[in-house]
Amino acid sequence: MGIKGYVHSFESFALVDGPGVRYCVFLQGCKMRCKYCHNPETWECGCGEEWSATDLFNKIYRYKTYWKNNGGITVSGGEALLQMEFVTELFSIAKEKGVNTCLDTSGYSFSMDSEYLEKFDKLMEVTDLFLLDIKEMDEEKHKKLTGCSNEGILAMAKYLSDNGKAMWIRHVLVPELTDDETGLKDLADFISTLKTVERVEILPYHTLGTFKWEKLGIKYPLEGYRVPTEDEVEKAEKILGIEKKK
Amino acid sequence: MVNYEQWDGFEGRLWKEEINVREFIQKNYTPYDGDESFLAPATEATDKLWGALQKLNKAEREKGGVLDMDTDIVSTITSHGPGYIDESLKGLEKVVGLQTDKPLKRAFMPFGGIQMAEKSLTEYGYTPNPELHKIFTQYHKTHNQAVFDVYTPEMRACRKNKIITGLPDTYGRGRIVGDYRRIALYGIDHLIAEKEADKSVCGSGSMKGEVIRQREELQMQINALKDMKEMAKMYGFDISMPAKDAKEAVQWTYFGYLAAIKTQNGAAMSIGRVCTFLDIYIERDLKKGILTETEAQELIDHMVLKFRMVKFARPESYNQLFSGDPVWATIDLGGMGVDGRSMITKTDYRVLHTLENMGPSPEPNITVLYSSKLPEAFKKYAAYISITTSSIQYENDDVMKPIWGDDYAICCCVSATQTGKEMQFFGARANLAKCLLYAINGGVDEKNKVQVGPKLQPITSEYLDYDEVMEKYDAMLDWLADVYVNTLNLIQYMHDKYYYESAQMALIDTNVRRTFATGIAGFSHVIDSLSAIKYANVKVIRDENGLAVDYETTGDFPRYGNDDDRADEIGVWLLRTFMGKLNKHHTYRRSEATTSILTITSNVVYGKATGALPDGRKAGEPLSPGASPSYGAEQNGLLASLNSVAKIPYEWALDGISNTQTINPDALGHDIEEQKDNLVQAMDGYFDQGAHHLNVNVFGIEKLKDAMEHPEKEEYANFTIRVSGYAVKFINLTREQQLDVIQRTCHAHM
Repeated sequence: MGIKGYVHSFESFALVDGPGVRYCVFLQGCKMRCKYCHNPETWECGCGEEWSATDLFNKIYRYKTYWKNNGGITVSGGEALLQMEFVTELFSIAKEKGVNTCLDTSGYSFSMDSEYLEKFDKLMEVTDLFLLDIKEMDEEKHKKLTGCSNEGILAMAKYLSDNGKAMWIRHVLVPELTDDETGLKDLADFISTLKTVERVEILPYHTLGTFKWEKLGIKYPLEGYRVPTEDEVEKAEKILGIEKKK
Repeated sequence: MVNYEQWDGFEGRLWKEEINVREFIQKNYTPYDGDESFLAPATEATDKLWGALQKLNKAEREKGGVLDMDTDIVSTITSHGPGYIDESLKGLEKVVGLQTDKPLKRAFMPFGGIQMAEKSLTEYGYTPNPELHKIFTQYHKTHNQAVFDVYTPEMRACRKNKIITGLPDTYGRGRIVGDYRRIALYGIDHLIAEKEADKSVCGSGSMKGEVIRQREELQMQINALKDMKEMAKMYGFDISMPAKDAKEAVQWTYFGYLAAIKTQNGAAMSIGRVCTFLDIYIERDLKKGILTETEAQELIDHMVLKFRMVKFARPESYNQLFSGDPVWATIDLGGMGVDGRSMITKTDYRVLHTLENMGPSPEPNITVLYSSKLPEAFKKYAAYISITTSSIQYENDDVMKPIWGDDYAICCCVSATQTGKEMQFFGARANLAKCLLYAINGGVDEKNKVQVGPKLQPITSEYLDYDEVMEKYDAMLDWLADVYVNTLNLIQYMHDKYYYESAQMALIDTNVRRTFATGIAGFSHVIDSLSAIKYANVKVIRDENGLAVDYETTGDFPRYGNDDDRADEIGVWLLRTFMGKLNKHHTYRRSEATTSILTITSNVVYGKATGALPDGRKAGEPLSPGASPSYGAEQNGLLASLNSVAKIPYEWALDGISNTQTINPDALGHDIEEQKDNLVQAMDGYFDQGAHHLNVNVFGIEKLKDAMEHPEKEEYANFTIRVSGYAVKFINLTREQQLDVIQRTCHAHM
């Protein structure tokens, strides 16, 4: 008890980050440097608003009337796994109250190291759904895009699958960058090996966050890249076997 | 007990013994909890008529906002012969009746004020009739003249400096909803007989002022009823007797409403709660096999077409206040009965379906009386219509029903009134943000630099001290409540005397309950400003005469709209305090004072007249509308904002608390099914906490920007958005108001 969490911001009405109406907490700190990141201000570690898990839960729990049977809490980031113990504590309280919990993560930092897994298992126990971003299947491309390896990420997907843990797989689609057919097919193949994927989503790249790079004085690396057209999104969805209701 | 053959098949007794439409509804309606799959598409006739009306709308826009105006005939119930949407299509109109002899032609209505009526003409290039000018200046007093005859200098100063604004002293006060259903259920002759009976026992020979006035008003009501019969006759209908079928029920009801809009040009001219009522007739006809679903839908479509055509002649200054030509032809759907049954009928669906059959439209102002207990299928259909048209608003039946019962109607944008039992004295609003500045400046207006309020000691310190400000604000609010209530007393007195609503009042019980509707503007700014003074440091910038004209605020402070009790409780305090001060005063005709936190689009004009505030809002910037949090104040998303608003007790602001929110469709869910579910969940959660009202817009900011730059695009002709308390065609807003709408936070999760 008593570990502090570093929070970047809140969104009380998050509707696409897990099932139903969700209260989303964005944690501060991320080690990845994805070129299309729309929240670069959440990168820096060890800063942000300090919260205890109890206080934070009490703040969030005021929204329970909006959640009905399927909504709840989503913790996102930044990278939520960097504050794994804090999230575990928060979600433990939530589960005591019967609140649905959802973790939005890049999977980065995951390892099969036994010490790590001991902690991760505790988190997994109190997490109802994982939203896992798979940015690139190809290791080299992944490194180029994010500055990091995807080894831990893919291992995490497999681990969740092996442990029967529900997940949504998400992929950010940037034309001419993350939309090549081979890459998408590899992703589809990988997903087909997982047993607990409830939903696969394409997140169309958007440029709404670019002003934040400017504000931070960092050069935006995807200058000149455009958002995908509806057709391009549909095409990618087809490869990944996603069907949408109109 | 009377019994008309037109009532065959209807259950119940009490409503036959006395005028009691509610009882009739409760005994006869059929709740519907199925989905929308039964609905019928528009008929060819509907397509043709709507097509003709769209052409007229386009022509009106191209002519600068007005298609045609009457200059020579003073509008009364019987002033004009019959008019149709299109002479060549008149055989197709299932519901008939226009305000004048031509579609969208605006009537001349001088009783509220001849100056305003004439100004409306001249501004659009029409010449007022000199003979009428003479009559209404030399021979007959108007409401406007009468009010200005009795205003005190202080009241004039308050009005001029806009600490009290939007007063109904130059046009009709509106907001009185006649129980138009009575004509259909009872027929005019029966209603006349009832009013004659009331008059015969009025006074019992003791002729005191109140009694004499009552007798005069009753006779005016009886005359109005007779005129309605005359008007209907011109269209070939005899409405003396009850309606015998659905078509007549719709037509009779509409004639009652038509009489109201031919005689009164109130800001809000609402229709009321007619769906459940009309559904009883439609169900009876369907069962008899004399009506099909297609015909039923056509009837409702054509009724709604008429509501889309209501127009009044207004000058430019009025458009600044209420932008986009609104009339608040508010029509109510849903609600729960006192006995726990849902009042949703198929006709509630049919009215929503008009937005699909004929596309989005700002009028009628479709209002869903919401409860989380309404049938799920209906809630989802309403959410779907919101997502696709942004044309409807929601009000919490669970908080209104305990106070107004299950037959209330919304009489303007958000304010409830018991149908046929009540009337309301509309009283615009007091600018409490400006009042705060008066408190700081000792009653001197910060814009015009003249003494308007009482000459109290101004604040002279460099930094504002919370306790000192609160003490002075309290005193200034005392003064404002006093002058405000008294100004309204004068206005309502003269309106009754010179511009009495005889058509509506003829359809309301003689023994009427009256409410005295005041209003508050600048709500969120007062909260944030007081919070800034309390939690941050507010430095005063003064001009060369020592008048506070700007503020420099340093440090963080909680803002209303983030579900932070520290700020939100200031709002609760403000409402309770001001309401308490209003209640200390005598109100005209023993009316009950209520207040509202809604501003319509007037938030732009009010803002123009209000100096800089300690919350960081610059001088002249629009105020935040209604009870909505200030732009940019919300940092925690939509629900946090809704939670803040939901903390304001409806019981203290019975005239309504309006909240407008815009949601980006992409952020609402992955697909339409999810979007519907999510919107329903958000509304269930919001209203279950006791919140009163929600305007829901679903569109992206890009669409607004594009519509502002390219209003000529076909797709924007009927692009409707909800603003504080009503819906409006976006392209009909002034550019200033368009920018204001765009600037407001779009809740788009990134």
